Amino acid sequence: MNAAVAIENLKVTFGAVRAVDGVDLVLEKGQALALIGESGSGKSVTLRAILRLHSEKRSRIEGRIQAAGRDVLTMSKRELSAFRGGTVSMIFQEPLLAFDPVYTVGQQITESIRRHEGVSAGQARVRALKMFERVRIPSPERRLDAYPHEMSGGMRQRAMIALALACRPEVLLADEPTTALDATVQIQILLLLRELQAELGLSTIFVTHDLGAAVEVADRIAVMYAGRIVETGTARQIVLDPHHPYTIGLLRSRADGALAKGARLDTIPGSPPDLANRPPGCPFAPRCFLAEERCRREEPPLAAAGPSHLAACWRSEEAAASFRRKRAEAAEPVLAV
Amino acid sequence: MSVGVIDPRDRGGPAQPLLSVTDLVKHFPIRKGFGEKKGRAVRAVDGVSFEALKGETLGIVGESGCGKSTTARLLMGLTERDSGDILFDGESVGGRALPWRSFRRQTQMVFQDSYASLNPRMTIEASISFGPRVNGIGAREAAERSRGLLARVGLEPKRFGGRYPHELSGGQRQRVNIARALALEPRLIVLDEAVSALDKSVEAQVLNLLLDLKQEFGLTYLFISHDLNVVRFICDRVMVMYLGRVAEIGPADTVLSRPSHPYTEALLASMPSLDPDRRTQEALLAGDPPNPIDPPPGCRFHPRCRIAEAVCAETEPPLDPVAPAHRAACLARQPNSGHSLSVARAA
Repeated sequence: MNAAVAIENLKVTFGAVRAVDGVDLVLEKGQALALIGESGSGKSVTLRAILRLHSEKRSRIEGRIQAAGRDVLTMSKRELSAFRGGTVSMIFQEPLLAFDPVYTVGQQITESIRRHEGVSAGQARVRALKMFERVRIPSPERRLDAYPHEMSGGMRQRAMIALALACRPEVLLADEPTTALDATVQIQILLLLRELQAELGLSTIFVTHDLGAAVEVADRIAVMYAGRIVETGTARQIVLDPHHPYTIGLLRSRADGALAKGARLDTIPGSPPDLANRPPGCPFAPRCFLAEERCRREEPPLAAAGPSHLAACWRSEEAAASFRRKRAEAAEPVLAV
Repeated sequence: MSVGVIDPRDRGGPAQPLLSVTDLVKHFPIRKGFGEKKGRAVRAVDGVSFEALKGETLGIVGESGCGKSTTARLLMGLTERDSGDILFDGESVGGRALPWRSFRRQTQMVFQDSYASLNPRMTIEASISFGPRVNGIGAREAAERSRGLLARVGLEPKRFGGRYPHELSGGQRQRVNIARALALEPRLIVLDEAVSALDKSVEAQVLNLLLDLKQEFGLTYLFISHDLNVVRFICDRVMVMYLGRVAEIGPADTVLSRPSHPYTEALLASMPSLDPDRRTQEALLAGDPPNPIDPPPGCRFHPRCRIAEAVCAETEPPLDPVAPAHRAACLARQPNSGHSLSVARAA
């Protein structure tokens, strides 16, 4: 079995803050994985570590990262620049910031193709045009000569995807690619990503804070909290049969999960822990509705909750049962008295 | 609803809308290009009329450029309107009976960016008591009120009162902004994407707080958001805007489950599904929301509409009733409009 990305015991530290604290993650070839969590959970930091995008002066990375069969953490600078964009590429939340404002989008894509593959300018432009057609940019010929600011948000994100895929990478990393977009545009980009992923056989890691977006594109979902993965499983397992109280909290606090209009939402009390000063035991314990003595003392490991389904919780069975019970109650018609 | 609350400031009784807006217009001129004779304009808000009833939460939804935030800013007087009338409890805002100053005391706004809307050099207790002090309340009483409000929004005054905005999390800062909005005992609060920047678990906490405060203080909310789930949860009625105009307005449950305007339908279809077995298969709308500089003639939505016909490019649809308390600006829903889906009604 040869995984597209395999991360072992990844730790990323910025000064006193350990943003990622022991993440193990496997992405199979051709699979789409969503990494979800709230701000500060370490999901983007994990993603960026795969391309070694963190400043080497200000961060310390420990553990092992294998991507497309290569060991990322031991690569030389030169290997790394061929690797980025050639083997593994990334799309970002804000394409306007990711593109260079003084070159046309076409120039930036052809430059990338020529840099990686050494083809002629003419050939590179043909390839860029093909990519533009593939991501369905209308009048692609004309748009290649547009500057980033001349495009709308959705168009820019399509151009960004074209740039990322121009050199036929094996792995695509996407960091909140639809968060800055309007709803009607977001769904178009999600569908496009899903389609390209299937067509090109890409392996994708998709970072998002939106469970809905994750379900739309991903086969598997990994939920992060305070720098660790707390639950991982197929999209179905996570949404329909969650075993970690944090995942359950996320599902319940969604406004569409409210039983009745104007009824109060179930919330997760408190806020995430200070990463510079991590409490002992389970990092979620202070906010957990099931926490007991042991949770505050001992840290739970990721343990099997079902086939290819892992949860890091001492009381994951109770958590899952409580979720099932509430769902059954919600499904039953309420009797009027 | 807080119909039972008797407010001494109430003038017209419970049946009179708290806010009544007629034909609100705001165009932002853009610089003339070389050789252009006529200056063009961004038609941000182009003839918007609606009412907000006492004690209700009216949601305003739409995509970027639809004019929802400009509408809010016009209501608050943060941007000057070109034309249109705003009545607050029956009095014309800015008129003799209700000058801007006394209107603003009864209306407050909470913005999306919780950090930018607080003064970084003031403690949060001082930020909250600032409004009352400027409005003639003594320092001690204002500070007391500030501490009371902090406690009410779930921030312990002793622990948090002396902190500066950068020492708080996003959710805590938004609670401060809400407390500050309440400091002058307003009747109307405009919430412009007030929970959009928050994480989901924190968003739920703030939404619950907003529900409680509304009940307790007899407030009316204007809730601007792009998140239809949140709007469905918190709003009594919803207004959908598209390119500076109202596409549809009606009860939240109806508009968001059986919409009458094809645009609302498309917005609803764009919501990601939470069911892995029923993922979205196609996007109902292609392309981005158009630019409000040169809105298309006729119905503004017709170039992207699934059921558009020739008549839609010519006739601007009026915002007409389609059901009790529910109006939509779509020719297909209006009798004798010339659209093939419209019902011919005998005169």
